[in-house]
Amino acid sequence: MSKILIIAEHDGSRLNQATAKCVTCAAAVAGAEITVAVFAADSAAVAAQAAQLAGVARVLRVDHPANAQPVAATLAPQLAALANGYTHVFGPSTTFGKDLMPRVAGLLGAPQLSDIMAVESATRFRRPMYAGNAIVTVEVAAGTQLVATVRTASFEAAGSGGNAPVEAAAVQVELPTHTRFVSVSAARSDRPDLQTAARVVSGGRALGSAENFQILYSLADRMAAAVGASRAAVDAGYAANDMQVGQTGKIISPELYLCFGISGAIQHLTGIKDARTIVAVNKDSEAPIFEIADIGLVGDLFQIAPELERLIAAAK
Amino acid sequence: MKRILVAIKRVVDYNVRIRVKPDGTGVVTDGVKMSINPFDEIALEEALRLKEKGLAEEVIVVTIGPSDCQQQLRTGLAMGADRAIHVQTDAIIEPLVAARVLHKLAEKEQVMLAILGKQAIDDDASQTGQILAALWGRPQATFASRVEIEGGTATVTREVDAGLETLNVDLPAVITTDLRLNEPRYVKLPDIMKAKKKPLDILDLASLGVEALQQVQMVKFEPPAQRSRGVMVKDAQELFAALQKKGLV
Ligand SMILES: Cc1cc2nc3c(=O)[nH]c(=O)nc-3n(C[C@H](O)[C@H](O)[C@H](O)COP(=O)(O)OP(=O)(O)OC[C@H]3O[C@@H](n4cnc5c(N)ncnc54)[C@H](O)[C@@H]3O)c2cc1C
Ligand SMILES: Nc1ncnc2c1ncn2[C@@H]1O[C@H](COP(=O)(O)O)[C@@H](O)[C@H]1O
Repeated sequence: MSKILIIAEHDGSRLNQATAKCVTCAAAVAGAEITVAVFAADSAAVAAQAAQLAGVARVLRVDHPANAQPVAATLAPQLAALANGYTHVFGPSTTFGKDLMPRVAGLLGAPQLSDIMAVESATRFRRPMYAGNAIVTVEVAAGTQLVATVRTASFEAAGSGGNAPVEAAAVQVELPTHTRFVSVSAARSDRPDLQTAARVVSGGRALGSAENFQILYSLADRMAAAVGASRAAVDAGYAANDMQVGQTGKIISPELYLCFGISGAIQHLTGIKDARTIVAVNKDSEAPIFEIADIGLVGDLFQIAPELERLIAAAK
Repeated sequence: MKRILVAIKRVVDYNVRIRVKPDGTGVVTDGVKMSINPFDEIALEEALRLKEKGLAEEVIVVTIGPSDCQQQLRTGLAMGADRAIHVQTDAIIEPLVAARVLHKLAEKEQVMLAILGKQAIDDDASQTGQILAALWGRPQATFASRVEIEGGTATVTREVDAGLETLNVDLPAVITTDLRLNEPRYVKLPDIMKAKKKPLDILDLASLGVEALQQVQMVKFEPPAQRSRGVMVKDAQELFAALQKKGLV
């Protein structure tokens, strides 16, 4: 039988939705028994949320002052110690999971599969390579302990309604002192979170300046959408790094992806392949983005974005 | 001597349109342009800048792979690395094995830093640096967009989902690079000539005591599901109507 340990991602008080997606992935392994581990300074609130996820059999709390911040070097030895007896150890393929899980795999000497997008069996999975241009079926030998990150855009979040027992777990390992958390600058906004938003408005190099991005923020607020950007826009300083969508930014799966002045480089498209509807506005009718857009409009974004906003406002 | 180890991987150039072989055994690489993994070029650039600032004395580039990889090592030398190590093998090298090799070399060369790319754009694993840090028992600062070295520690700004995170780590340490860390320099022709005279050592896995273990079988490659071209609308009014019809506004 498969025993799957999932590490919870959270901000100290709220469980990140990526965890619920890992649960759905784990539940796709036939007969899996799912345990969620919560590492925090005080994990009570987050553990209670994890216990409500449908399909979770057990929640383990590991409270330690050193777990106040998600530092991989600190978490990895604890998670590796906890992993004893589990067939699979899963984490989300967010920057948190990407940083942590390979360190755990290294400590365990176990193979890791990155970005699982489909489960075929307990030992056979599918994952993207080459920026999503190849989907590869991969297999490990039965009996191999496996570490994996779950491509969150490929799975729905597990529902609530669970009522798993919560237990405190004692982990006896020495924690390193060589790594010190200094700070995190989270650009807080009232807009929906890019990774979980149902609608995303995004912009590319064509926006030309950070001020011009205001056009998109304004439209996004009208639509209750999150705002994303291409790498070119981020590199040029028009948008913050946490807004980047694509191979090396965020992989998202909104209902609607509405992009302005983005050419459609493969590295960008990797990030939006799972969007339900892609809409592109670009002044170049030959732009590759039109090859995959569900709705395309050739035109000037500076004229179209504000006009669309007016039309939406008028219809309300 | 203060040394920096930079791991560079030979990969299909990022501009190449990847095609899956019809028999599903891999992707087409015959006659395809190969380059240094873009993140590894950034890793090398960062190492060279640290050396130029007097914070390091020697930059070593290393690659693990078949004989063709020497082209990329020569490019690394032309960019400014002092010497190169080629761990020659035709085996499929998984991140755990690459990390074991790099661990051996990091200890042998007593490096102050190992800088790797945050991911190789072929396997997109994003594992090797973190595994190396685990095996070595040293700090890791992944997805770096800024690195400052001072007094035996590195202060590294990391690109994380929430924004930017800063860690301070003791050296030696492992750093993996994000795209915005720097812009790699261009190689000049005279440097290519000079690079030919720089030392390039060839080792094999056995001499490092590392086994070419393959734990993950790649059973089948398939092209991704294709999204098809949709409809074109002619103005904002039509776009709005189309969105309304789908219930999206
Ligand atoms: C290893 C690697 C990883 C990468 N990762 C990512 C990633 O994660 N995400 C990402 O986005 N990119 C990534 N890139 C970069 C990618 O290759 C492209 O360079 C980038 O996506 C281009 O951004 P863009 O579409 O905004 O700019 P451009 O390609 O310059 O396109 C601008 C577009 O705007 C249009 N335009 C101009 N003016 C107007 C106007 N007034 N109205 C309407 N349209 C207009 C133009 O016709 C053009 O199509 C990566 C590259 C590498 C090498
Ligand atoms: N065979 C290899 N030779 C040299 N460096 C490698 C090799 N494999 C991985 N690396 C390094 O590890 C980084 C991350 O690779 P990966 O974990 O495969 O995504 C790369 O950017 C390289 O710096």
